[in-house]
Parts: sequence; structure tokens; C-alpha cells
Amino acid sequence: MTEHNIRNFAINFGPQHPAAHGVLRLVLELDGEVVERVDPHIGLLHRGTEKLIEHKTYLQATPYFDRLDYVSPMNQEHAFCLAIEKLAGIEVPRRAQLIRVLFCEIGRLLSHLLNVTTQAMDVGALTPPLWGFEEREKLMIFYERASGARLHANYFRPGGVHQDLPPKLIDDIEAFCDPFLQVVQDLDDLVMANRIFKQRNVDIGIVSVDECMEWGFSGVMLRGSGIPWDLRKAQPYECYEEMEFDVPVGRNGDTYDRQVIRMEEMRESAKIMKQCCAKLREPAGQGPIAAIDGKFAPPPRREMKRSMEALIHHFKLYTEGFHVPEGEVYAAVEAPKGEFGVYLVSDGTNKPYRCKIRAPGFAHLQAMDWMCRGHLLADVSCVLGTLDIVFGEVDR
Amino acid sequence: MTNGISILSHTQPESGAAALTALTERVTSALGPAVVSHAIAFGELTLVVQASDIVYALTYLRDDPACAFRSFIDICGADYPQREKRFDVVYHLLSLRHNARIRVKVQTDEVTPVPSAIEVFPAANWYERETYDLYGILFSGHPDLRRLLTDYGFEGHPLRKDFPLTGFVEVRYDQDEARVVYEPVQLTQEFRNFDFLSPWEGTDYVLPGDEKKSA
Repeated sequence: MTEHNIRNFAINFGPQHPAAHGVLRLVLELDGEVVERVDPHIGLLHRGTEKLIEHKTYLQATPYFDRLDYVSPMNQEHAFCLAIEKLAGIEVPRRAQLIRVLFCEIGRLLSHLLNVTTQAMDVGALTPPLWGFEEREKLMIFYERASGARLHANYFRPGGVHQDLPPKLIDDIEAFCDPFLQVVQDLDDLVMANRIFKQRNVDIGIVSVDECMEWGFSGVMLRGSGIPWDLRKAQPYECYEEMEFDVPVGRNGDTYDRQVIRMEEMRESAKIMKQCCAKLREPAGQGPIAAIDGKFAPPPRREMKRSMEALIHHFKLYTEGFHVPEGEVYAAVEAPKGEFGVYLVSDGTNKPYRCKIRAPGFAHLQAMDWMCRGHLLADVSCVLGTLDIVFGEVDR
Repeated sequence: MTNGISILSHTQPESGAAALTALTERVTSALGPAVVSHAIAFGELTLVVQASDIVYALTYLRDDPACAFRSFIDICGADYPQREKRFDVVYHLLSLRHNARIRVKVQTDEVTPVPSAIEVFPAANWYERETYDLYGILFSGHPDLRRLLTDYGFEGHPLRKDFPLTGFVEVRYDQDEARVVYEPVQLTQEFRNFDFLSPWEGTDYVLPGDEKKSA
């Protein structure tokens, strides 16, 4: 072969590819099997969420947050509710805080179970997703029993949550935790200790501390490189302050460390869930599940049948909606994938003036280019898996 | 210690109101005339800086040890059509060392480009592309200012306040041409934008005939 015949390949990875985790089009430039350049084309799932939110009242805008990162819906609702509560100065009752934390941790399990197992599938293992999805099914049933929906819950409300949990549900969630730890252990034995899994993941996609900072990484991507940063600890919101849990931190910043951290975080989440269940049964954990003044959360149904005031509140909330004082805030939560933030600008009316959604996956996906350079083609799907990308939140 | 992962429990104090005031003083005196205004609201510090000085301001905030806003969070636009410089570009930064956040804003219009922040934070790349895509805000010195989120060949900037929610074109698969075709939006039902604002506060309804009132 003469020299001028040698040229680089440019191939399309996606938009329809099982390892693309949704609709992602990667234009890869290859030198043989070595990746020279990655150009991710995103936006194939762009639905104009931010534009839609500007045209809806605050209450009507909440369900859009379920549809961002659709594997952990309630965590995103949480950020939006926190932003509204910060602007309007709403106190969330303790029971509502406990319920929120409980379901945010369930969301974390949902997300990590999906990510760890499908990442294992990306590198060749077929069994882990089946094991993981069995647990996800149970968790989604908890979602359904609390909110009525398995996926798009629309359960968190500014000022609290929509409905109280039945006592049996709290018992069942608590009963879920300990057997779940065994499942995590089984997955650990099956996946993390697996020789092929290690061959495919160790020393792949290494990120240094400086790179983490300047590329806007958060969550597990940050902790994988050894930075002990978790918003639940550093800037505690709700009642995370009183929860006892540890933050696992990696050492090498490679794909394997990040997957191990996700496994470890699931154990910590189960720990928090158990504490929440116990606290929900205590006398201090009883009480209202939403702000009771009726200005932000609707009054209970039975009260509406008797009280004129409650009826008026209900009518006003579901037609005009509540007004949020003028101002701008940024509220962030530690979502399973990283820092999920909402930058909310209010002009004092019943609709948000501007609502920017800061999705962790967006910053992470951007790093595909330099993270994949010099890696083999087969490592692209491995790196993509470890970034924990869900296109609902990347494309918005 | 499992699988070489160290477990860590930590709590850092979140920066309080006093720390925020001290930070404001330090930043405003160091940046001098670059800062147009500053405000602390809802426990958050907002700086408005001159658009031409944004790279200088961001570099200072990143490198000064008392600020150390080394972690990039977000860049986004906001549209205020009634203003002369209608756009805000909003930068959010986070300092892991001091556990503090800051918001930096610059103002611009449709034609004046804002210096790109890529040299300070490489992550600004996609965020600026997104802002350009959705608002049409230009960034000078950006190596690759393509559209990011909208369709290939999309026209207009959808998050501007004067862009209609329904957009201008809709797509469907055409059986005869065997491809996806673009057509002007046709709504089978008129677009309903309910104005739920209470008529006693805020809204200004003009009833037919009311315009003759002053005559």
C-alpha cells in the first residue's frame, strides 16, 4: 500500500446505537482503531423545556422536571422546588423533608442501578442489567404507591410533597433496604470483581483534579478523582444534615473507580433510607406534608368541603397559581449524576421569567472529546457509560 | 476501605453572610471599574461587570486565593427585550475551597459580541454554543460557534421572548417524497395561552371600546 492511501476514518456512532444511551450522534475520527477526535452532536431530544416552563405557571412547570433525567425524576423536581422555596421563603415541614430525602435516595438507587449495570453491558456483560432492573422495578413500585406514577412522578410540590405516605409503604421501603444490600453485594461480586470488567475499565478515561474543575464536573465524576465534594454534605439542604452517611471518594479518577463509587453510594443511600423510615415513624416525624397556610400548597380535600377559605385557596392555586416574589436564585441538589441546578428568575408574576436548567450530563458529555482521545474505539462506549449520560437532561 | 476507595465523612461550613460581604468587598476593590454593580440577595452574590472585562474578571475570580472560584458551573442567557442591551449572559461559578458560589452577569445586545470565556474555563465551549443557539448572543474568540441543541439548519433563536412558543415550522414524514419535510406551523385549534393573572392585579385588559374613553 502506498502512503497516500492511508487516511483517517470518520464514522457515525449513533444516533441509534444501543451503547449511545439514548439519541446521541458521535462523529468519530479514527486512525485505525485509535480515536483521534470525537464530535458529539446533541439536541436530538431537545424539547424546549426551558421555553415551555416560561409559558406555564410554577405548578404546571414541575412535571417537566420529571422528563429531564427520567431515571431519577424526583431529584430534579427537588431542585426546582428548592429554587421556588428560596425565592418565596417557604418553610418545608419536617415530615415533607423526610419524605423528600427518602425519595431522592430512591432516585439515586434507580439511577445508579441503571448506570452501573448498563455500563457493564457496554463492556460486554449481559446479566447485570437483568439483576439491576429487578430492583429498579421494586423501587418504581414505591414511586407508584407514593405518587401514582412509576416514572413521571410529579410528587414534589413547592412547600412540601403532594400526598402523605401510607404507613404500610414506609414499612415496605424499610423492609426493602436490607435485602437490597445483599443484591448490591451480589452485583459487586458479579461485576466489580470480574476480570473482564476490570480489564475494560481500569485506567480508562482518567480525569485529573484540575480537569474536573475547569470542565465543570460534579458528582461521581468529581469524587472519582479524589475530591471529597458532595452537596448533601457541603451545602446541606432539607434534613441531610442529620443523616449519617459517608461520601465514597476514589483515588485514580478512572472509570473503574467511578463505578465502584456508584456501588458504594447505593449502600450509603440504603443507609439514609433506613434512617428516614425510622424518623418518619417518630412523633417528631409526624405532621403536615406541605406548607399549611394554603398560599403555596393546596389545602386537604376534606377541608375544602367545609371551609370557604380552603375552597378559595384551592381555586386560586389551580387557576392563577401562586406568585413568586421578584428576584433570581440558583438552587442546586446533588442529583445522582452530579450537581443539578436551577437558575430561576422571577418577575413577580405567576410564571417563571427565566428558568435555566443546569444539567450535570451536559458538562460531562462535553468532555467526551478529550477523554476519548488516544483510546481505542471500544473504549468510547465504556467512557460514555461512565459519564452517566441521560439525554433527557442533556438536550432538555 | 473496599476496592481501593477511601470513605470520607466531612462537613465544611457553608460561607455565611459575613464571609459573603467580605468577599464582595475584596472582589469589588480588586476589579475596580470593571464591576458595574453588585448585590447580595437570597444569600447569593451577584456581580454585574462590563462585557469587555469579563475574561479579566473570571480569571481574577479563578486565580485569586481568597476567591478560588475554580469550578465552573454554568453559562446561560436571559432576554429582557424592553432594555436597550436586551441580553444578560449569566456565569455561575463555585469555589470548592471556600464552599461559596458567585454569579457574574454581563449585558449585551444582538450585535455586540461578548468575549469568550473558553481560555479561562474550557467547559464554556458548549455553554456558549448553547447560549448562541437559543438567544443569538455572539461570543468573540470562540473557535466553533455552531448551533448545539436545535435542528440542523434551524432558523431563529427560540428562547428569545419574541419567538413564539409554537415555532415557525413543523416536520412530518412525507410518504411520496420519502423524507422528512418542513412546513409552516398549522394549528388545527387556535393556540391558547391562558392568562390566569388576577384582573385586579397586574393585568391591563383593554375592552373593546375602552380606547374611546379618553376622547
